[in-house]
Amino acid sequence: MSEETVNVPVTAERINPRLESYKQFWRRLAKNKAAVIGGCLILFIIIMAFVGPWIITTFTDYRPNQTDITNKLAGPSAAHWFGTDNFGRDIFTRVIFGTKLTLYVGFFSVFIGGIIGVIFGIVAGYYGGRIDTVIMRLMDVLLAFPGILLALAIVAVLGGSLTNVIIAVGIFSVPAFARVVRGSTLSVRKLEYIDAVRALGASDFRIIFKHILPNIMSPIIVQASLRIATAILTGAGLAFLGLGAQPPRPEWGAMLNEGRPFMYEAGHVALFPGLMIVLVVLAFNIFGDGVRDALDPKMKK
Amino acid sequence: MTKYIIRRLLQTIPVLLGVTILVFSLMHLVPGDPAQIVAGEGASEQTVNNIRERLGLNESIPVQYGKFLTNALQGDLGSSVRSGRPVMDEIGSRFWVTVELAFYSTIVAVLLGLIAGIVSAVRHYTLTDTSIMVVALFGLSMPNFWFGLLLIQWFAIGNWMPEWLEFIKMRPSGWGDEWRQVILPVLTLGTGGAAIIARMTRSSMLEVIEQDYIRTARAKGVSERLVTYRHALKNALIPVVTVVGLEFGGFLGGAVLTETIFAINGMGRLTIDAIRTRDFPVVQGTVLVISVIFVLVNLLVDISYRFLNKRIDLN
Repeated sequence: MSEETVNVPVTAERINPRLESYKQFWRRLAKNKAAVIGGCLILFIIIMAFVGPWIITTFTDYRPNQTDITNKLAGPSAAHWFGTDNFGRDIFTRVIFGTKLTLYVGFFSVFIGGIIGVIFGIVAGYYGGRIDTVIMRLMDVLLAFPGILLALAIVAVLGGSLTNVIIAVGIFSVPAFARVVRGSTLSVRKLEYIDAVRALGASDFRIIFKHILPNIMSPIIVQASLRIATAILTGAGLAFLGLGAQPPRPEWGAMLNEGRPFMYEAGHVALFPGLMIVLVVLAFNIFGDGVRDALDPKMKK
Repeated sequence: MTKYIIRRLLQTIPVLLGVTILVFSLMHLVPGDPAQIVAGEGASEQTVNNIRERLGLNESIPVQYGKFLTNALQGDLGSSVRSGRPVMDEIGSRFWVTVELAFYSTIVAVLLGLIAGIVSAVRHYTLTDTSIMVVALFGLSMPNFWFGLLLIQWFAIGNWMPEWLEFIKMRPSGWGDEWRQVILPVLTLGTGGAAIIARMTRSSMLEVIEQDYIRTARAKGVSERLVTYRHALKNALIPVVTVVGLEFGGFLGGAVLTETIFAINGMGRLTIDAIRTRDFPVVQGTVLVISVIFVLVNLLVDISYRFLNKRIDLN
């Protein structure tokens, strides 16, 4: 990637080197089947999340919190595609309304974690020395809490809510970004063009944001899409433990938690929200794998 | 090598200190007055003051941390606000339940993952390879608590189960008395880990197979079998070792969910119960214990990695 940005072809017309490298990125991405499939799935899910509820409220009488006790725990049927839950609420409607919440957790937490992590990583990699040591030790401390435990501890302190889950999962994502970005920054920092811009008198701030950041975007994008998958799983886990979005919000993890006592009599209650989580996480994993293969020429197709 | 071990040990100290600081801060990051929250709404001022006194919240924060650290070093993690028992006693035998669960899950993950990964790599770009990788991708994308629920549905309450599988049926008591009860929770945790190990083993094997020394071995007439299992596998496994430590730790954390589903009385469930009842000393205790085990396991893994991968020494 960096070479393309450096070797600006000298022609009469002005060619924007960054635009060219983005074009090439898209071309390579479009050639990767996994990335395309994953991308389409993600697009479909986003549309479902934002258009779905509108379609349901406009064209049907189904509402996510509308109860019908006489019809509780009914299996899938023409009237209730995914069946009904213990309050007789239509699970399909709730699943569609819950898509947004799951995407919020995935996107916002990774956005927060990504920004903090990228800043930490770039600063550590660019300045090195003591700053690097302090930042990376701090990341080691965050990584010392295995799996869901860090997010769990944070939510335990802040209290269970969707916002707090986003904050907790965001903090949980910081070290992953910091490590990747630090590594990439280290390798870019040594390149000659950085010496050149520095010799021209560019400030550290300018070098970091104008010259390093654009060249380490690919690992950041890969990390982001894979982290969204992890973030959604972690957020769903917290909600399942009753520490996320509170009932009656149709968050998928919370729905699984609510349906758990009834799964002995009505298996479908615990089935569909879980399947939806798999679908969304799968989409981001496929996309992330695809983007990584497309961006990393060393990987075999 | 000794030098490396000493350096690595020294590096662990600030991380462990950081862990204690973070765990200690948990109580102080609570929005509002921690004593009030622990006491619950509507508690009398007297109760709140008692709790504040008992948790030592009257002293300055550095003094509190100093006490927390010195006590923790002596194995004293304070006492539960709810039961009044020392946190160490609350953890007690639950410690081994969770460690065992994580340990067996690691074994399942490594065995399943290695077999799947090796088969995939040996038959790369065939239908077998693709199928295994698709399954692995699903395993990676599945919330393990949901998989656990499905397993309970299929095996514990499903009526279709063939007679010879009856023995897996869950007993409500959960963990410990019989090894059979261990199967479902371990599968729940282990399969997700197996997916990661399978993917890792496959890509690592494929990378190794491309290397010059493998070509040399083939050129010398070494059989394909020997090349795969003797020459390639040995080096391909090295990067996989690093994941094992992470997986073990992930299982310790994941136990929070698995123990909740299967009603296993381990540290994970203790943590969740403590969070629900706002019993912060217990939350701090379990989180600290789990993290310290994780850090130590990773230390061991790093050292063994170094030991296995002699090439690092040359650089």
